[in-house]
Amino acid sequence: MSAAVQTQATRQPVLEMRHISKTFGAIRALQDVSLSVHAGELHALMGENGAGKSTLMKVLSGAYRPDAGGEILIDGAPAATGDPIKARAAGIAVIYQELSLAPNLTVAQNIFLGNEPRRFGIVDRDQCNRRAGEIIARLGVSFSARALVSSLSLGERQLVEIARALSTNARIIVMDEPTTSLTSRETDLLFEVIATLKTQGIAIIYISHRMEEVYQLADRVSVLRDSGYVGTLERADLSASRLVSMMVGRDLSAFYKKDHRPPGEKRAVALSVRGMSDGRLLKDCSFDLHHGEVLALAGLVGSGRTELARLIFGADKRSAGTMELDGRPITIGSPGEALDAGIAYLTEDRKELGLFLDMSISDNISMGVLARDARAGGLRDFTTADRRAAKAIADLSIRTGSAQANAGSLSGGNQQKVLLARLLETEPKVVILDEPTRGVDVGAKSEIYRLIDNLANKGIAILMISSELPEVIGVADRVLVMRDGAIAGEVTASEGEPLRQEAIMELATGASQR
Amino acid sequence: MTDRTTGTKSVDQAVARNRRLRTALAALGMLPVLVLLAAGFQFINPRFLTGTNLLIVTQQSSINIVLAAGMTFVILTGGIDLSVGSILAAAAMVAVLVSLVPDWGLLGVPAAILVGLGFGLINGLLIAYIRLPPFIVTLGSLTAVRGVARLLGQDTTVFNSDLPFDFIGNGSVLGIPWLVIIALSVVVLSWVVLKRTVLGTWIYAVGGNAEAARLTGIKVPLVLLFVYGVSGLLAGLGGAMSAARLYAANGLQLGQSYELDAIAAVILGGTSFVGGVGSIWGTLIGGLIIAVLSNGLILAGVSDIWQYIIKGLVIIVAVALDRYRLQAGART
Repeated sequence: MSAAVQTQATRQPVLEMRHISKTFGAIRALQDVSLSVHAGELHALMGENGAGKSTLMKVLSGAYRPDAGGEILIDGAPAATGDPIKARAAGIAVIYQELSLAPNLTVAQNIFLGNEPRRFGIVDRDQCNRRAGEIIARLGVSFSARALVSSLSLGERQLVEIARALSTNARIIVMDEPTTSLTSRETDLLFEVIATLKTQGIAIIYISHRMEEVYQLADRVSVLRDSGYVGTLERADLSASRLVSMMVGRDLSAFYKKDHRPPGEKRAVALSVRGMSDGRLLKDCSFDLHHGEVLALAGLVGSGRTELARLIFGADKRSAGTMELDGRPITIGSPGEALDAGIAYLTEDRKELGLFLDMSISDNISMGVLARDARAGGLRDFTTADRRAAKAIADLSIRTGSAQANAGSLSGGNQQKVLLARLLETEPKVVILDEPTRGVDVGAKSEIYRLIDNLANKGIAILMISSELPEVIGVADRVLVMRDGAIAGEVTASEGEPLRQEAIMELATGASQR
Repeated sequence: MTDRTTGTKSVDQAVARNRRLRTALAALGMLPVLVLLAAGFQFINPRFLTGTNLLIVTQQSSINIVLAAGMTFVILTGGIDLSVGSILAAAAMVAVLVSLVPDWGLLGVPAAILVGLGFGLINGLLIAYIRLPPFIVTLGSLTAVRGVARLLGQDTTVFNSDLPFDFIGNGSVLGIPWLVIIALSVVVLSWVVLKRTVLGTWIYAVGGNAEAARLTGIKVPLVLLFVYGVSGLLAGLGGAMSAARLYAANGLQLGQSYELDAIAAVILGGTSFVGGVGSIWGTLIGGLIIAVLSNGLILAGVSDIWQYIIKGLVIIVAVALDRYRLQAGART
């Protein structure tokens, strides 16, 4: 291909979405949004939850038909809208946050699921494995096409999704927060694969809340806010402050809050954990958590942070270990007992393990204290429930029209606030937060940080699991680092010397021992 | 900034309006189907909408509605109870046998209810604490309790023509049959438990997301034990109602495949088979639809064989329409 032709090819966008609007009844989910993407370009799409990113991508994938006037051009030619099958045939593939793989099938079977190469009407397993092997080789990754998906890590599963997209000759791949549950090593691998895809001329639309990733990867960034298009920045013009202000429409100078708590101050021990083991992953974990401190539990995904939290909360069975709360020995056999003792836990998986999506916001908030609030005969006290809900909606600025709306109707950030509200209603002494800002937009993030800070200042002991190092540094007073089911070490700040990201990573990866 | 807030607020209000509309539609549920069916049968046979016939319809539906009320509790937790027909038979046997004991006659009713409760609690213990799948546990007790029912009467029909509580099955107050009064009371009580008590909210929570319920401190096994206990207890009550109506009980034939009618009523009523969503009013309407179908088809002179086929198809079509309607509601 001559240089001139190539320039011509890159100048013509592979995908153009023009004047896309989408209304649902009275609700305007998208308003005149345009987006163009070139071959070999990574185009990041940013915006708070509820800004319209997902709707736009659903229009692209054919799940939604845009309102009249909107059009999608592929290679300059108008493409069918509102038809998922035609969109896939045109080379559009979307990889959603929730992966859609069948864990009991092999990598190759998953890649060709529903599209199996056949011979005489029978699935040609050899061809299936061979072609899957070729695609995997194209991505430059190391697992086998014959491996069971259940044996792969989350990061590797993501790559299987990408391989599946490639198997249908996708030229435009949408990735919706692909790194949310990946370790940093897996993230690096994904980024390498993304670079490979770009050199092969594939256009990538990359949805992310993480600023660092966007910096590292994006050729251009488009921002949506309140269902509308705000603007697009070229790589050369990127800056965090510009992006943040485009996204939220305001300046976020005080993003993290860590007030009034001088490092190293002596506080009373709230929860003392000794020798926690689960007989599988966790080995002899011991630590002290003080009143009024935010203790971060850092480490790679799979290092045992969530497992340790669930053991303390009584959600799983422990094989060894003791705990003391305010100096008194306690035994926790179930989450109910933990809550009674004053230990509350915010799950990392709010949809699967946290919310009751078909129940009202009010019910969701009061769920942990229903028995406490009940009137004679076990009758519900709806007045108290509504009062609790109204207060929580105001205090945590949960954006909803009504406390009686289903929790499932809220955006991710607001759902997370509902869970936080439920946890706070139990008036805990010790709060364990597992990835409190996962999948939450920038605005809600800063509100959650402020809330954590307020709780700590009230003397509540907070154990926060987080995979985002800037968050750990910005929010925590002290950091415990886990590795391979054990506590690898502690990172503390002292006067004039803040927590160091490098020190945490060294402990988490074991780099310091080499 | 201000613009943004007000903009979001109006969107929120629109969402809330939509939700209210959808809730109203959902609450209405299958009522239109019931009305349409009744109108149709009236058109075919003007005897359908007469006071006498409507009393017969409600009376015929009452035992199924009592069973379906219990089934609603179970299905709301995402479970199933296949054993209610067998429990009904065993309880009816006990009711008649106890009524034959001199001076103890009236105790037949509480005895039947207790027997039902007992079987229900056994189901519940196996499901909640041994963690066996509800389908398998109650499939087992469907068979085993049927055997118990036959054993109780040495596999014969037991009679008591002088049944002391026969008023339950054949008497009425102010023209309303006792069977209907009992069924309505069960529905109202179920509504109170499901919508007005803490336990009821826990039942919805367990069905909606059992693991989240556990992490919220809800004692999930106790909730499960309760719902299977209720289902058994109401099947026991159904047994007493059957015995009172028939002056007799037969361990082999009584209550055969009643569990299927009860499940059909719950599903017709819009309760989600995976749990967490549904209402007892829906179940009431579902039970009435089944009764109207049976009665109307007889009045229309449809043969027994075709009644089965039509009933089955109506159930499938009605639920399909319901799903379609709810999806349409979700889109707008």
